[in-house]
Amino acid sequence: MSSFLTNAVIYLGAAVLCVPVAKRLGLGSVLGYLLAGVVIGPFALGFIGQEGKDIMHFAEFGVVIMLFLVGLELEPEVLWRMRKQIIGLGSAQVALTAVLMAGLTLLVGFYDWQAGLAAGLCLAMSSTAIALQSLKEKGRMHSTAGQGSFAVLLFQDIAVIPILALMPLLAIAPARGSAEAGGMEALSGWQYTVVVLLSVGLVILAGRYVVVPLMRVVARTRLRELFTATALLVVVAVAALMELVGLSPALGTFLAGVVLANSEYSHELESDLDPFKGLLLGLFFMAVGASINFDLIASQPGTLFSITLGVMAVKIIILAMLGRLSRFSTDQNLIFSVGLGQVGEFAFVLLSFAAQLRILDAFWTDTLMAVTALSMSFTPIFMLIAERVIAWRVGRAEPEEQEADEINERNKVIIAGFGHFGSTLGRLLRANGVEATVLDNDSDQVQLLRKMGFKVYYGDATRPDLLGSAGAAEAEILVCALTPESAPELVETVHKHFPHLKLLVRSRNRTDAYELMDQGVLHIYRETLDTAVRMGVDVLKELGQRHYSAYRAGQNFIKYDESAMKELAAKRRDTGDYITSVREKIEEQESLLRKDEHHTPSHADHAWNSEELREALGKN
Amino acid sequence: MPRVLVLFAHPRLEKSRTNRALLSRVPKHKHITFRDLYEHYPDFNIDIGREQQLLLQHDIIVWHHPLYWYSAPPLLKQWIDLVLTFGWAYGPDGRALVGKAVQAVLTTGGADVAYTKEGFHGWTMEEFLRPLQRTATLCGMRWNDPFVVHGTNKLSQAELEGYAERYAALLLDLAWDAGGTAGALGHGALDDRIKQSNR
Repeated sequence: MSSFLTNAVIYLGAAVLCVPVAKRLGLGSVLGYLLAGVVIGPFALGFIGQEGKDIMHFAEFGVVIMLFLVGLELEPEVLWRMRKQIIGLGSAQVALTAVLMAGLTLLVGFYDWQAGLAAGLCLAMSSTAIALQSLKEKGRMHSTAGQGSFAVLLFQDIAVIPILALMPLLAIAPARGSAEAGGMEALSGWQYTVVVLLSVGLVILAGRYVVVPLMRVVARTRLRELFTATALLVVVAVAALMELVGLSPALGTFLAGVVLANSEYSHELESDLDPFKGLLLGLFFMAVGASINFDLIASQPGTLFSITLGVMAVKIIILAMLGRLSRFSTDQNLIFSVGLGQVGEFAFVLLSFAAQLRILDAFWTDTLMAVTALSMSFTPIFMLIAERVIAWRVGRAEPEEQEADEINERNKVIIAGFGHFGSTLGRLLRANGVEATVLDNDSDQVQLLRKMGFKVYYGDATRPDLLGSAGAAEAEILVCALTPESAPELVETVHKHFPHLKLLVRSRNRTDAYELMDQGVLHIYRETLDTAVRMGVDVLKELGQRHYSAYRAGQNFIKYDESAMKELAAKRRDTGDYITSVREKIEEQESLLRKDEHHTPSHADHAWNSEELREALGKN
Repeated sequence: MPRVLVLFAHPRLEKSRTNRALLSRVPKHKHITFRDLYEHYPDFNIDIGREQQLLLQHDIIVWHHPLYWYSAPPLLKQWIDLVLTFGWAYGPDGRALVGKAVQAVLTTGGADVAYTKEGFHGWTMEEFLRPLQRTATLCGMRWNDPFVVHGTNKLSQAELEGYAERYAALLLDLAWDAGGTAGALGHGALDDRIKQSNR
């Protein structure tokens, strides 16, 4: 017990110390965790020893949760639309890398092609944990590079299972233990296929017809922790089922996520599981950092570093080639290829399996394990370099005459985020002769806007230095059109460094808006309000109501809803309860609906209502 | 045959018994165009080009509205402000509307006797409508005698139907009469006839 507590203190303490420092230095959280792992690992402070490996296996569950969350954000149609990229790009990457690596291993003196191929397959894998985490952290999941990376990673997840099945065939010497294929070894080929298909079907059906009703029941108990428990249960159960039938747990939970993406609980699941994912992934990265065998590296640093860099170079070149074939722009291709350039966590599994089957000897297994850990640690550094290169390239592409008289041309308005929301707003301003400075971190988008003559800065809008170079000190208005998740961070930066700026902030719904109100933002625009009201007004019109009456009803409703929200926000503060749970949302909905019963905005138009006048006159 | 454009402006037609009755009898006629301004522009964002084009295609413009505070509802004023532009409707080169005619059609809660020198309001309807009249004549349009439905709050169903019938007759008269003065000539006489029949 005490050793558990000590361990917890060590891991959590290291994370709490290292991650903020890494973030402040602009290195990203992944590198922070890795460094924390190195620091507490057996080769630096030695707080933890060989148990790092066990922790890594445990922490791999973070990847499983992460894929579930990724699935939650991906609707089935989107996945279906990506099928060509997943199969095409994914299979090409795995096959090309594995074959080329196999060839190279033979050149450096591998004993036989079987060992070479096994090593190649291991090295072809990339790290879902590192790649997706950095993409998400930078808000790049929806860029070309993000989609491409995701496709490749998903294919690798699928490929792990056949590779595990293939490994025994590569073994020349009889294996020491049998393959860990759950309890399925007794089944013949077609029986196995049936079992696999059945369990995938089970996940889909259960997601739809068991999980959602279950969530409903749990939500009614109004116990937040029970909801969290249910969410965890879903993920763990799916992972266990997948393991039982010998499928990848990550893949299974991803599928479960996709099934639940359209359900009313997808947001709730996401916010409940997110902290677990974050903690477990952090633990995983720390375990990787701790597992780097510095003794081995110290004994032959040249060999190990050159193998690592060579492996990464081969991977990156193949990925870049494929990216080029898929017509990624150079900047996006750089993020794509460097982001996936490491050897991933699956390699740990595959390597130890290959060692068990005696395909690889102890020396090469250890070496490749070290290479894997090293390459994972290098990736965040490489990504930083790639970032700088892109920033430099994109920065350079700015028209020169604009830079010359930059001071005179300072725009009064800065728009942070130029996706669908920001671009609509920007177009409106531009059509009315207002030039705005735009901040966006999608390099494709930035290039396009530059071509169209917009003044665009590339990068993360929440960074004070970027805001500064975009002219935040001289601007008057900052429009935050970032995805609502990143808005609070920007608000904080602006309040701290550019308090003179008038902030207009986009929010998704009431929950976001409350958070912004707590931060003291005065101008909050809920994207779900105006559109819904406009739609409601059109419904009234379609039902035959007078257009002007419907229009006024809509305008009044917006006013009324905004003031109702302020009232509820005040009440919320009174109770001192800032956590929005399912229960609170339901209660709020209820009080809103009750208020609405007394609100009949159109009846306020007394002046034009001659019926009322007639009634009043009739009484006299 | 002259073409008639009815520009109707009422912000709350569903609550106006009188105007609903009047509208129910607007004739479906190929030379009569009925246009409900509040229905077209609930956001007051008037399509100026379209409105001017419609004006050019018609000879007699009917401004049909309730009398609010001795004037037209805000959207009709907005229409006047935006559509009757300098250099098009008035000014040295503004001759687009010359020779056309304006026919005002009004509903008001006040009785006809209230709109006299001795009455409650102290001026005649004619005097109250001078700004609208001058708007028409400034654009070179004739100003027909207005068609007024008085005392709308106390009209019986039969009286209401009488007015609606007369309104329909007026529009058809306007569409038939090349001079565009049918309203001015016809309605005084009709007015008396209706009053007598109601007594």
